[in-house]
Amino acid sequence: MKYFARRLLRACLLLLGVSLLCFAFTELAPGSFFDEMRLNPQIAPETISTLRAHYGLDRPLAVRYFLWVGSVARGDFGYSIAYNEPVAPLLWARAKSTLLLTSIATVFTWCIGLPLGIWTASTRGRLVDRVTGAATSFLIAVPEIVIAILLMALAVRSRIVPVGGIQSLNAEDLSGWQNLCDRCLHMLLPVSILVLSGVAIVERHIRASVLEVLEAPSVQAARGLGIGRTRLLFRHVLPLAANPAISLFGFSVAGLLGGSLLVEVITGWPGLGPLILDATLSRDLYVVIGAGVFVAVFTAAGNLVADLLLLACDPRIRAGEQNA
Amino acid sequence: MRKRILIAALIALHAAILLAGLLAPYDPANQNRGFPYAPPARIHWVGRSGVYWRPFVYAVSPNLTGYHEDPSQIFPLRFFYRGDSYKLLGLFTADIHLFGVDAPGRIFILGTDAYGRDEFSRLLYGGQISLAAGLLGTLLTLAMAALIGTISGYFGKWADESFMGLAELFLCLPWFYFLVAMRAFLPLHLNPTCTFLLITCVMGSIGWTRPARLVRGVVLSARNRDYVAAARGFGASDFYLIQRHIMPAAFGVLLTQAALLVPQYVTAEAVLSFFGLGIAEPVPSWGNMLSILQQYNVIVSYYWLLAPAGALVVTSVIYWLLADALHHWVKSHSI
Repeated sequence: MKYFARRLLRACLLLLGVSLLCFAFTELAPGSFFDEMRLNPQIAPETISTLRAHYGLDRPLAVRYFLWVGSVARGDFGYSIAYNEPVAPLLWARAKSTLLLTSIATVFTWCIGLPLGIWTASTRGRLVDRVTGAATSFLIAVPEIVIAILLMALAVRSRIVPVGGIQSLNAEDLSGWQNLCDRCLHMLLPVSILVLSGVAIVERHIRASVLEVLEAPSVQAARGLGIGRTRLLFRHVLPLAANPAISLFGFSVAGLLGGSLLVEVITGWPGLGPLILDATLSRDLYVVIGAGVFVAVFTAAGNLVADLLLLACDPRIRAGEQNA
Repeated sequence: MRKRILIAALIALHAAILLAGLLAPYDPANQNRGFPYAPPARIHWVGRSGVYWRPFVYAVSPNLTGYHEDPSQIFPLRFFYRGDSYKLLGLFTADIHLFGVDAPGRIFILGTDAYGRDEFSRLLYGGQISLAAGLLGTLLTLAMAALIGTISGYFGKWADESFMGLAELFLCLPWFYFLVAMRAFLPLHLNPTCTFLLITCVMGSIGWTRPARLVRGVVLSARNRDYVAAARGFGASDFYLIQRHIMPAAFGVLLTQAALLVPQYVTAEAVLSFFGLGIAEPVPSWGNMLSILQQYNVIVSYYWLLAPAGALVVTSVIYWLLADALHHWVKSHSI
């Protein structure tokens, strides 16, 4: 419990730091949202300064920060200038579609990566292992943006799957079942990009940790005692190899909001990614800051979950914590 | 054997990009407005009057249905051809190109883009920008990582606490968010040199966390070695200890990290330029060459414009293999 409290405190401090960092960025910014208005001769400079005062942009940084913290406490996360509404509902609407995308992609990634990693580790050196090894090396090396562009090219040329957006234009006319199919089809492209770029990392880590346990003296001894391959693998090896997998799973959870930003922008998925890009380009400060903090909350939560899972699964860590 | 192939590929890649002016037949900013989206040139050996003694291309002209070859006009490929003048290695003015064809004929090995600029020449020149950004950014990151990692590993206490806390802070935000936010909140419209330096600095200062943590780990273990204690007993100063005994231990880690960081930064530059936040036209970079692919009709019709993506794949794979080889080398040589 004490451990949990300490971790939670640390996560909160981290979030405080992230918000300060985001504020520092935006303070460094040379322009502001009203730069384009300033170029317009029909808008008087007084109007612009009134607008700036209205949105509180003329106050000093420290005051703005404390006002923002107050708005976070109210659940608003600041006020968007471009959308003219509080940031939190805006972010939440986008975050939902991001989470939909990434959670499905994460499930697929693990459903493919986990068994594949265990399988290749237990058939080490055989054809399956070598082919998978070459493929994962390639997938790890190739940057995500290239995978995204190539798959996009494939999808656009073959016209099998729709590209861009979350549903078809005529979605309102579709029945419930058709609507579901339509959404799944739209998700296919971004999900496959995310799975392709993520599965290699999962497979590699799982394979490495299973291999390490397979070569451990205790497992060798168990094999010598005549325990069957399958029983050995599932009863004795996998529980021992779980720790790195749990940490990695924590990373996956942590990346649920932040890991797909680039893919969302490229494939036109209406998630957080396009929102962040647009907001940074138009200098909609509080959306940028809010999104950063939002993503950081998720990352911190993911890390916390991983720590707690490790604590629950591994008695050694529990014992270490009690001694500390 | 594999090692030799890898080294050869590494040298070939960098030589090709360094000697872009020599290998590229045209200037990268040279526009041929009459030849937008020309497909890759077909090089022939066999023509109407049998086999020719050197390869040639036909004259190509666009009409409503696309580009067509005109078999009556033949332009043989000339090697060491005198064409547009360029600066070799940024030092010497030269006008010799590895290959080219005589004036009315044109040779676009990888086709042309929307303004009729030769994609192959732009690929090579763009590689100079992209790779330079990657390498400079890596240097900056490694310098930061070595400094921060050593300070927090060697001196520990509050320095360690604060630097590692900062690292955790940086790791909390996704790299794409960082890259875009930091870039967008710096001046957008600058001349290409300033933009280039700015991007390099932004990328370099984002990526220090991982290598710094690794260096810290190595320094921590090296600090408690017996030979370090002995040297300290003889009255060696902190600076001497770090420089003579601790940095060499961290060298291998830094080298491996460098090989991992370069392709990441090349990609980061490509991502920035892809969204119009990086190097601006007409200076080519792999990212801004790819940005035209944001239009679906370009992806459908002009597949050769995917060439920079191919270049990114080749660069990344080569550097990844290098990192892998370095990792094994460091592992087998560490004490």
